[in-house]
Amino acid sequence: MSISMKLSRTLGTAFTGLLLAAAISTTAQASGDSVKLEKQDWSFNGIFGTYDRGALKRGYQIYSEVCVSCHSLNYVAYRNLMDIGFEEDNVKEIAAEFEVEDGPNDEGEMYLRPARPSDRFVAPYANEKASRAANNGAFPPDLSLMVKARKGGPDYLYGLLTRYQEEAPDGMELADGMSYNEVFPGHQIAMAQPLDDDAVEYEDGTPATLVQHAKDVTTFLAWAASPEMEQRKRLGIKVMLFLFVWTGMLIALKKKIWAKLH
Amino acid sequence: MKLSKSIILPFLDWVDYRLPVFSYARHNLIDYPTPKNLNYWWNFGSLAGIVLMIMIITGFFLAINYTPHTDYAFSSVEHLMRDVNYGWLLRFMHANGGSMFFILVYIHMFRGLYFGSFKAPRELLWIIGVVIYLAMMGTAFMGYVLPWGQMSYWGATVITSLFSAVPLIGDTIVTWLWGGFVIDNNTLTRFFVGHYLMPMVIFMLVIVHMWALHQHKSNNPLGVDMRTPADSIPFHPYYTIKDMVGMGVFFIVYFGFVFFAPDFFGEPDNYIEANPLVTPPHIVPEWYFLPFYAILRSIDNKLIGVIAMFAGVCILFALPWMDRCRVRSAKFRPIYRQFFWLFFADCILLGYIGAQTAVEPFVTIGRIATAYYFAHFLIICPLICKFERPLVPPESISAGVLKAQKGAE
Ligand code: HEC
Ligand code: HEM
Repeated sequence: MSISMKLSRTLGTAFTGLLLAAAISTTAQASGDSVKLEKQDWSFNGIFGTYDRGALKRGYQIYSEVCVSCHSLNYVAYRNLMDIGFEEDNVKEIAAEFEVEDGPNDEGEMYLRPARPSDRFVAPYANEKASRAANNGAFPPDLSLMVKARKGGPDYLYGLLTRYQEEAPDGMELADGMSYNEVFPGHQIAMAQPLDDDAVEYEDGTPATLVQHAKDVTTFLAWAASPEMEQRKRLGIKVMLFLFVWTGMLIALKKKIWAKLH
Repeated sequence: MKLSKSIILPFLDWVDYRLPVFSYARHNLIDYPTPKNLNYWWNFGSLAGIVLMIMIITGFFLAINYTPHTDYAFSSVEHLMRDVNYGWLLRFMHANGGSMFFILVYIHMFRGLYFGSFKAPRELLWIIGVVIYLAMMGTAFMGYVLPWGQMSYWGATVITSLFSAVPLIGDTIVTWLWGGFVIDNNTLTRFFVGHYLMPMVIFMLVIVHMWALHQHKSNNPLGVDMRTPADSIPFHPYYTIKDMVGMGVFFIVYFGFVFFAPDFFGEPDNYIEANPLVTPPHIVPEWYFLPFYAILRSIDNKLIGVIAMFAGVCILFALPWMDRCRVRSAKFRPIYRQFFWLFFADCILLGYIGAQTAVEPFVTIGRIATAYYFAHFLIICPLICKFERPLVPPESISAGVLKAQKGAE
């Protein structure tokens, strides 16, 4: 048997092992009462994926006009908006619309000042208790990591936003103030349907449909959860190209060195 | 050339005469006689060593950006991911490196099982390996707690609570592990310290592992000893280059995950900050613990379950005395070879069961798989040894290699 055949056989076996491990961990995730999510064709899928700039901007608009009244975005700073195409002056204006507590000043007092680009997004409520008090006892979670924190990621979020039902199916009583959602675990959710057709008016003239809104805000939140993704994939491709060439050269060298034997 | 002849070489000689680092390296890394027939399964030890170094280095850089406090741990990790240059790369290399480390070591161990590398005179080498494996499990467990996500917190709760099953002193042990009466900041602090300390212990254990390895040298696919100079080749350049080929291929897989699927081995729940008031619906340990988790859950009595789980690892210590067949390699052991693969399948099955919720039919399958796991060591191996008629291995490596070449023609 030639060395390359041996190598490919060995690699084949190693990959089978890896696949087995993969199968184990995906079955670990698939168990549970999850509903089938429809896979969307995201601009950021795949090894060459990038965030669609238009969708990011529209998504930010939706977050800042709709979701922001209930949900915080604690790990994102206003300056990060420059990474997705906002101008510095624009970011300064956006930040200045919010107030943050600072201090103490020379008199020893805490005071409020307009937010700066270096501040994190200002949360709508002072703390969890305040947000529960305003939302019928339910807690609107922070959205910075939401796309990474749910099985199905962006497809889950998209499903959550688009698959509300007016009525619960027969035999299911919804509690007061609850809505029926097809993908939310248990189907009873304390968030009323946040988006619908024409929820916001887009500046770039894109038709304001529910589906479009859901896609855009999901893209924006995917960026909020993985702002490094574009840089990561770009670097990854370079590293992989290098590794393929380097490994190929090592294999050739190895053959050459071992040929002296026997 | 001139400089090296006049200054550097004499200086190196001067050092070597007083502290023989260079002759030592020459002896152990260059001239070191190695069986000439090692296949690619023998790459996984050096790969594990490379990953150990990657873990120690990336771990150091993570630690200088991390805050071991329940209020800040989660956000300090996010700070690293978002605001530190290439912080995401460090973190994804470390997190995926952990999974890779276990994949490599599992292959390394099954290699030992298949080719009988645990047999005389390599029993201590094997035993040190099992100690390394135990230390790796402890390290990985503590490391997973550090980002202080939901799975960190609840995984730590489930696993540390197991110790309460120990009679009389169980609760004391748990209180001591936690540094209090609940999992809290004290727990996180001691896990951080432990997670930083253990890799250094592993590093030292690996040195002892190498020491034992170099005493009797590597086993090989034929499982026969090196007898004549024709059986061996110098480690350098033959195995340095072969190990580098393995490293290249391994890096392609490893960095494939790091750059393109960095959360593949992770749990989404761990991107939610730890919350003692909200229990996740399905608490699962990391994949590499799943077989032992299945053993634990297949026994109703908590104490016996815990004992069985630890016994599942520790029984490896006894293996050299359970399988006393003089022939090492499964190549020449037709019966053992089949039971090896059955055992391998049983381990995969246990891993699968460990990931399921504890309902039928998984519970029953898990019980049978657990029973088979122990039976393999306690009953099957000794019995095979008694009744199997192994083929006659070649009298030397070179004879075996020659025969194989003839067969191929
Ligand atoms: C009126 C307040 C309100 C608004 C506006 C709102 N939400 Fe919510 N949201 C909530 C509440 C309350 C919950 C908690 C629901 C529960 O746990 O049952 C929630 C939960 C969520 C969840 C978590 C679901 C899960 O799987 O746990 C997501 C994701 C979410 N909201 C996204 C959004 C997005 C995107 C927007 C903007 C388009 C938005 N929300 C607007 C109140 C709101
Ligand atoms: C930190 C983890 C480990 C590292 C870095 C490591 C490293 C190595 C290296 C470099 C070798 C020589 C190359 C080879 O034969 O593959 C080796 C051999 C060996 N290791 Fe490990 N090892 C580790 C863990 C283990 C474990 C967990 C076990 C078993 C429980 C083990 C058992 C053995 C045995 C039996 C050999 C001799 C193999 C032979 O010569 O056939 N090792 N190890």
